[in-house]
Amino acid sequence: MTQQTIAVVDYGMGNLHSVASALEHAAPDVNVVITDSAHDIERADRIVFPGVGAVRDCMAAIRAHQFDQLMSRQIELGKPVLGICVGMQVLLEHSEENNGIECMGLLPGKVKFFGKGLRDEQDNHLKVPHMGWNEVHQTQHPLWNGIEDGARFYFVHSYYVEAANSEQIAGVCEYSERFVAALGDKNLFAVQFHPEKSHDAGIQLLRNFSVWTGNA
Amino acid sequence: MALAKRIIPCLDVDNGRVVKGVQFVDIRDAGDPVEVAKRYNEAGADEITFLDITATHQDRGTTVATVEKIASEVFIPLTVGGGIRTLDDIRSMLNAGADKVSINSAAVYNPEFVREASEKFGAQCIVVAIDAKKVSAQDEPDRWEIFTHGGRKPTGIDALEWAKKMVEYGAGEILLTSMDRDGTKDGFDLGVTRAISDAVEVPVIASGGVGNLDHLVDGVKKGKADAVLAASIFHFGEYTISQAKAHMAEQGIEVR
Repeated sequence: MTQQTIAVVDYGMGNLHSVASALEHAAPDVNVVITDSAHDIERADRIVFPGVGAVRDCMAAIRAHQFDQLMSRQIELGKPVLGICVGMQVLLEHSEENNGIECMGLLPGKVKFFGKGLRDEQDNHLKVPHMGWNEVHQTQHPLWNGIEDGARFYFVHSYYVEAANSEQIAGVCEYSERFVAALGDKNLFAVQFHPEKSHDAGIQLLRNFSVWTGNA
Repeated sequence: MALAKRIIPCLDVDNGRVVKGVQFVDIRDAGDPVEVAKRYNEAGADEITFLDITATHQDRGTTVATVEKIASEVFIPLTVGGGIRTLDDIRSMLNAGADKVSINSAAVYNPEFVREASEKFGAQCIVVAIDAKKVSAQDEPDRWEIFTHGGRKPTGIDALEWAKKMVEYGAGEILLTSMDRDGTKDGFDLGVTRAISDAVEVPVIASGGVGNLDHLVDGVKKGKADAVLAASIFHFGEYTISQAKAHMAEQGIEVR
């Protein structure tokens, strides 16, 4: 069998070495490339689509690289794709961030702000960004293989996804209210947390992705 | 089901070596920050803070190499602080694999730096470190001021106002150290921790003064900190991270 390749899409937003080294650690036999080349992305067996920072800047960079069309095509072709953090949010239709930004619209739903002055039931102040380790409750999906339901993952975000199609929700988390921690639609999987920073559970998810055929 | 309070061990690193000493029972060379970081990672630390105290700018290359090495082996968040003065400093640390950088004196000298850094790299990776010292007299209401140079140099800036300003400028997190308590093992200054945590929307990490596990509990329960940072109680093996977590969990605190 030829060596499998995972392309980590680089559109100039932030450092991708953490994602790449976590993938290399999770799947030592896989060739991991950080790339902004359409050719490399098209040739790869799997695609990781990360993102950090403001959604406006991410969308501008994605459009400048014409990665919106490229990603849409790759997803249609049935290639396994993993979106991470803002790389998940940009897949939806619209984000409230930066006074409202149109996103890629590859998944139905929108991205909303947590809000200020959040409180939990004991009236504790819930800070935004939602930063740290929180429990993710899973639905049946091969990317959760070997990960306990309710395992904690590392999050850092101020905006969250509200899915329009509840059948696509693959994981939920709670922070003042329940929000979508993971979405799955055929060969596309996307997570709000950072698997590359989530220790054993995160490494296991990346390992699952590295062998995933794209069938849910 | 709730967000866990974080426990963050802090490494002081000088020219690629952990100083202040770290003594794990079964590690011979506890001065290697990569080994120490891996150890804490395996022990269940929620994050690692790496404080670069290298005196000269030329030796910063060592720090970048060390951060790269840690980031390629440790898959939990890593914050790097100490001597972060320019956007290039931030870029080189983030490129080396740091998830966040902590800005201290450079913010005091030029608050706009925090705004620029946050706009450029995103608030999620900008931590503002505040070294606070109580300046009010006993019969006055509590008041704390910002100090620089390891607590030696007063600035006349009110700590509470400063924290609010830094969040407005784009800090995504506040690392609050009490200079009165740092190194004393008397526990956090809960007054300033509570005052700042109540006043800002972003998470606050309490630091300075931890001597036992009850101090960690107090930092969260009374100080309302979102995370607690400690060095010596972990470095010298007085307590392990899992003991700290078990103790916090017994007191009703959500931990990972």
